[in-house]
Amino acid sequence: MRQILSVIRKEFLQLRRDRRMLPMLFISPIVQLLLLGYAVDLDVREIPAVVCDLDRTAASRAFLAAYFHSGYFIEKGRADAPGAVDRFLDDGLASVAFVIPRGFGDDLAAGRTAPVQLIADGSESQSATVGLNYASLIAARFSQRVMVEAFERAPAAGLRPVRLDAEVRVWYNPELRSRNFLVPGILGLVLMVMTLMLTSMAVVREKEMGTLEQLIVTPLRPREIILGKLLPFVAIGLIDVILIVSVAASLLRVPLRGSVLLLIVLALVFMLTTLGLGLFVSTISRNQQQAMLTAVFFMLPMILLGGFVFPIENMPRFFQAVTYAIPIRYFFTIIRGIFLKGVGLPELWPEAAAMLAFGLGIFTLSVLRFRKKLE
Amino acid sequence: MSAEPGGRPFLAGVRPVIRKEFRQIRRDPRSLIFLLCIPAFLLLVYGYALNFDVKHVPLAVCDLDGTQASRDFSARFSATEYFDLRHRLSDARDVDALLGREAVGIALIIPRGFGDDLAAGRETKVQAVVDGASAMTATTAAGYIGAIIQSETMRFTLEVLERRGRSRFEPPLAVETRVWYNPELRSALFLVPGLMAFILMVIVVISTAFSVVRERERGTMEQILVSPVRPAELVVGKTVPYFLISLASAHIVLLLGFLLFGVPIRGNYLLLLLTMTLFLTGGLGQGLFISTVARSQQVSFLISILTTVLPTFVLSGFVFPIRNMPVAIQVFSYLIPARYFLVTLRAIMLKGTGLGAFGKEVFFLAAFAAVSIAVSMMRLRRSGLEERPRRLGRGRRGAGS
Repeated sequence: MRQILSVIRKEFLQLRRDRRMLPMLFISPIVQLLLLGYAVDLDVREIPAVVCDLDRTAASRAFLAAYFHSGYFIEKGRADAPGAVDRFLDDGLASVAFVIPRGFGDDLAAGRTAPVQLIADGSESQSATVGLNYASLIAARFSQRVMVEAFERAPAAGLRPVRLDAEVRVWYNPELRSRNFLVPGILGLVLMVMTLMLTSMAVVREKEMGTLEQLIVTPLRPREIILGKLLPFVAIGLIDVILIVSVAASLLRVPLRGSVLLLIVLALVFMLTTLGLGLFVSTISRNQQQAMLTAVFFMLPMILLGGFVFPIENMPRFFQAVTYAIPIRYFFTIIRGIFLKGVGLPELWPEAAAMLAFGLGIFTLSVLRFRKKLE
Repeated sequence: MSAEPGGRPFLAGVRPVIRKEFRQIRRDPRSLIFLLCIPAFLLLVYGYALNFDVKHVPLAVCDLDGTQASRDFSARFSATEYFDLRHRLSDARDVDALLGREAVGIALIIPRGFGDDLAAGRETKVQAVVDGASAMTATTAAGYIGAIIQSETMRFTLEVLERRGRSRFEPPLAVETRVWYNPELRSALFLVPGLMAFILMVIVVISTAFSVVRERERGTMEQILVSPVRPAELVVGKTVPYFLISLASAHIVLLLGFLLFGVPIRGNYLLLLLTMTLFLTGGLGQGLFISTVARSQQVSFLISILTTVLPTFVLSGFVFPIRNMPVAIQVFSYLIPARYFLVTLRAIMLKGTGLGAFGKEVFFLAAFAAVSIAVSMMRLRRSGLEERPRRLGRGRRGAGS
């Protein structure tokens, strides 16, 4: 035990010696969380739209108003001719264009089908796609309203309009704020990035500087070296978790419905996987540059495939299977469950168990590799 | 080449530095392979794995009506590819548990009397309970529900009219939707440029992030500083090899994007090359700068990851629309070069527009490249001329104690 403590002391001394290190470790996660937490917002609203109204009647204006009052679209410009909307889309000034041909109002009044045109910029992010869905929906609503009005104007036939509506209730996140979904994810990402990076450099650095030999000739056992090297990182990760959770709940106002203690315990289990992976990277790399590249090589797929933004359910089956090998996938479910749904271990134990199994596996593997290196 | 007061042509010292860097790269083939292949590998994985399409949302239906009308109605939902019917419930209270353990994403509750109400023209409401925890999926799924309800309303209306003998009924609106630049709305077309910017930024910055600090940590920086190589030559010499590698890497990505995902280059290739050059140079400059700031490779790694991975992913407009961000964050996003690169990439590759559409972005990229290279050159010069005596002094003190 005393031996471990001395290694821990040595690690902390090393961390302290670089004065830039400590602020990096504790302030940067908070800065990242705040910066990204305010930025991550996939809510579809105020999609810039350009309008080409060739009809200019009360009907066409009412039709356009249905769009701009919905909050999903915002008028960014008007074009006099259908060809003039090109420029807006080319220059990225608008993502959607509404083109209403001449005679729109007359057609509607006469009961003829009135054509309108909806153009969307498909090169932009997915918000254009979602925007298109909303635009069609608004058009459908409008057309339903026109029909109901027509029915009401001619009640003689004894016809009643069909009135069917959906009452949509949203649970856990009633305002559908995408931030509530994404900020807990940032907690997982920052924790992973910090701990994985620190550990992946930990051993290889001593190797590169030649101080690993010195450590080996001391009476320390490999187990003690590893524990002593990793425990400071566990402490750092733990402090980061507490900092991030408090900032997320207070400043970013993400609802924290479940148990913070459970979150911290499961974050420790998650750190087992990142520390193990980091150690593994450290043992298979010859120098720090290799370690960094290898760590990045592991990290980038985890960021995008773990389900931070891109839902795993939408991936092809093969990649869905691959994601089971990505520990952060389980951690995302856990943090979101605890934050948004307030669920506990009864619901989350499968994820926790998977993380634990993965963590123990990779940890044992890297400790064995490390031992072999030492002997 | 003009002669400098030093009596030696400017940049004459570059060649040996380049040669030395290349030798170092060759000695470490794994790093080279990683630099060349990580972008391609990631593009492959992401290109196939990622998309924003929301399909096959697990659905539970609680049909309290049990009539032909209600069965037809719920069948409409499971018939689309958007929803997969997973559970049929007879009690609306079971919905809680299913949503809680994420067994379903949406529960549809059809009230008793649905069929009668509909036939009688009374206001009929169905209830959809959505798991809002994953807000984007929920929003899209709620949109689908709305669309299905709309089309059902239309269908019922037409049925009623037909029964009354008024079969010649025209729907009031015909909406023709056209999607430009990406008519089939293939995710790959907007993902590939975004991934390119993201992956290249990370790779480029980390490729030079170690260049100076490594020499310093190993003590070889002193050797270089006492050699007649000037800071400018050192910077150029250290960036050129990695510039070539990352340019090759970018082309592999472009080629793969075209061959596997059909991502075209509709615009001018030379323009693309220009913006890529500016972007890569800026990234290399950023890495170099980090390298001159950091005292150890560990810190350098931390700074480069923290300044590239998440900021580029989140603040470049790749996934998250910049216009949604608070103004302060939008201002901050102007510091992210990938933001400009992404605009030019999408414009050149997908829209085929010219410099007129993104001249501003190219200017910003050039400015970023110039500033980052200039600043790191300045820092190198300073660390070469001023820090050296101080560091030597510190070392002596350490040896004496």
